[in-house]
Amino acid sequence: MSQPRKDGYGEFLLYDARVDDADHPLNRHAQIDVLITRRNFGTGSSREAAVYALVDFGVRAVLAPSFGDIFAGNAVNNGLLPARIKTEEIEALINALGQADASARVDLDAGTVTVGDTTVTFDLDPVWRQKLMNGWDDIDLTAQHADAIRQFWAGRLAAHPWTKPTQ
Amino acid sequence: MTARTMLDKLWDAHEILRRDDGTSLLWVDRHLVHEGSHHAFAKLKERGMPVAQPDLTFGVVDHYAPTRAGDMAPDIRRMITTLGENARETGIKLFDLRDPGQGIVHVIGPEQGLTLPGLLINCGDSHTSTHGAFGALAFGVGATEVAHILATQTIWQKRPETMRIRFDGALGAGVAAKDMALHWIAQLGAGGARGHAIEYTGAAVEALSMEGRMTLCNLSIEGGARLGMVAPDDVTFAYIKGRPFAPAGEARTAAVADWRALISDRDAAFDREVAFDAGDIAPTVTWGTTPEEALPITGAVPDPDSLPGGKAAHARASLDYMKLTAGTPLDRIAIDQVFIGSCTNGRIEDLRLAAAVLKGRTAKVPGLVSPGSTQVKEQAEAEGLAKVFVDAGLEWADAGCSMCVGMNGDRVGNGKRCASSTNRNFKGRQGRGARTHLMSPAMVAAAAVNGHLAMCGPCWRGGHERLEHDRRACGGVGAGECRHRSIDSVAVHVAAAQGWLWRVPALRCACG
Repeated sequence: MSQPRKDGYGEFLLYDARVDDADHPLNRHAQIDVLITRRNFGTGSSREAAVYALVDFGVRAVLAPSFGDIFAGNAVNNGLLPARIKTEEIEALINALGQADASARVDLDAGTVTVGDTTVTFDLDPVWRQKLMNGWDDIDLTAQHADAIRQFWAGRLAAHPWTKPTQ
Repeated sequence: MTARTMLDKLWDAHEILRRDDGTSLLWVDRHLVHEGSHHAFAKLKERGMPVAQPDLTFGVVDHYAPTRAGDMAPDIRRMITTLGENARETGIKLFDLRDPGQGIVHVIGPEQGLTLPGLLINCGDSHTSTHGAFGALAFGVGATEVAHILATQTIWQKRPETMRIRFDGALGAGVAAKDMALHWIAQLGAGGARGHAIEYTGAAVEALSMEGRMTLCNLSIEGGARLGMVAPDDVTFAYIKGRPFAPAGEARTAAVADWRALISDRDAAFDREVAFDAGDIAPTVTWGTTPEEALPITGAVPDPDSLPGGKAAHARASLDYMKLTAGTPLDRIAIDQVFIGSCTNGRIEDLRLAAAVLKGRTAKVPGLVSPGSTQVKEQAEAEGLAKVFVDAGLEWADAGCSMCVGMNGDRVGNGKRCASSTNRNFKGRQGRGARTHLMSPAMVAAAAVNGHLAMCGPCWRGGHERLEHDRRACGGVGAGECRHRSIDSVAVHVAAAQGWLWRVPALRCACG
């Protein structure tokens, strides 16, 4: 996590697991761009490196029953789709795939993903959907509100001066 | 006016505007950065933008801080110097390696008086939820958002749902905030509070010190919550008084008035409510590779097949990684080493609790004690705690994130088993192949003197009396499953906060 982003993080994706197990699914299927996985994917961590590793490995969408909150937000900020799919449907997809891979098609607009012959719908916050479709940059978006921000800070400082550190 | 929760009040006080899609632009009162924030500084530099509010931004060296003498590895040195350069170039105050205020970001924020009730606090670290212990809106963010906050001092967020976790009654002596956290996470799951802002309430929460409340809020993220909070009260205000960056004099008077108004209105409705009886909580340890895989120390390693559907496969993988067999009593699991420290349990009270168990005893395994900050270190040395650790045979080190995450090189060896006062037992968290058991600092100390996971109560009595009699006779594995509750933890523990010993005449379970 210490190296610059431009150096690439793909090789670090689940590094220990992949090095320890030559037969690891990500070793057998190094060309994937959609990952199907189980609950609470990306739990806890705020580190965007977890997302960089997936993105730089080539993954563009992760399908799971649930995601860690911060991870999912970070994913969207890096163009990676965190698609929430019902547990039963995820299990059915995993069972259908077995050890093989299959072609997948994600329709962001319709909110569906097709794996092999099966099409399922996924949940995604509408704001995130827009962001993934438009590739918004939040800093540019926020710059439009510079006046409102300035006014807010002046008002907060006047009403609650203690909020500013004293030293 | 409708009754509002503390979250509502904090949210409303920071909302600059709300878009039609429900996303709010929030003002950030404090932004804390560390070595890992280099990605965000790089993004800012690419755009040629300054830090919008350097006076509200503070940096500290913690994740990569060396805790032992010796040469720094080049990549660690680079991380630390990069933060120094970024801080200098952008004009933000830095608690550098040699600064007397240095320490783990979630320890020094409160310590310096930067963390206050009513503030919105962000940091590129998931355990930012710690600061919620003061009645602050505090949550971790990723590098893209860190860059956004640096550039604008604001953040776009959707208001999370609210969840009240109530702990009624009183904790048994020697049962700590860490046990409360592991208890609810084990009950509700690592995703149990996903998408929610937790407010912890109830008599057992009110009775906690600020250190205890910080431990509880710190671990909110391990139960999937966005953030955790405790309503500010006189305990909070007393802790803050006289801290370097905290308001003083008239400013403090005005601040305290504002802070008192933050508490949830009596009739405020929460989206979810959960309640626990604090008396049911035993000293708890993890046996697997997620914090939800936790049980009272009186229990045994579970049989994965006995667990509900979704958890069996994970439990099997956990037992494989942890090299544990179903049915093994938890207090028979031998350990190789211990670690005391971290943003979860590296504060002065934590060290006092551990030292109370270790005093006059010798650790059977090696271990590292890394105080949460340089100030905690100095205080622990002044109080004689450091000497207790050293006399017991443990290593007394400098402040930093240290062996919780291993970024500075303090790691648990491959295949080694560590009793640890930290927050995550994920595979490889403390080092490649490392096997982590999470527990309170007193329980880590008990493990150290026994060489295996252990109830800390019997350690105090000299003779280590096992509780298997209890287990066999009752057939229960958890504290609540024995009909003689007094046998659990509760009765045999040290009322460590006071440092005195709670002796129980009948340690044996009366079932037999």
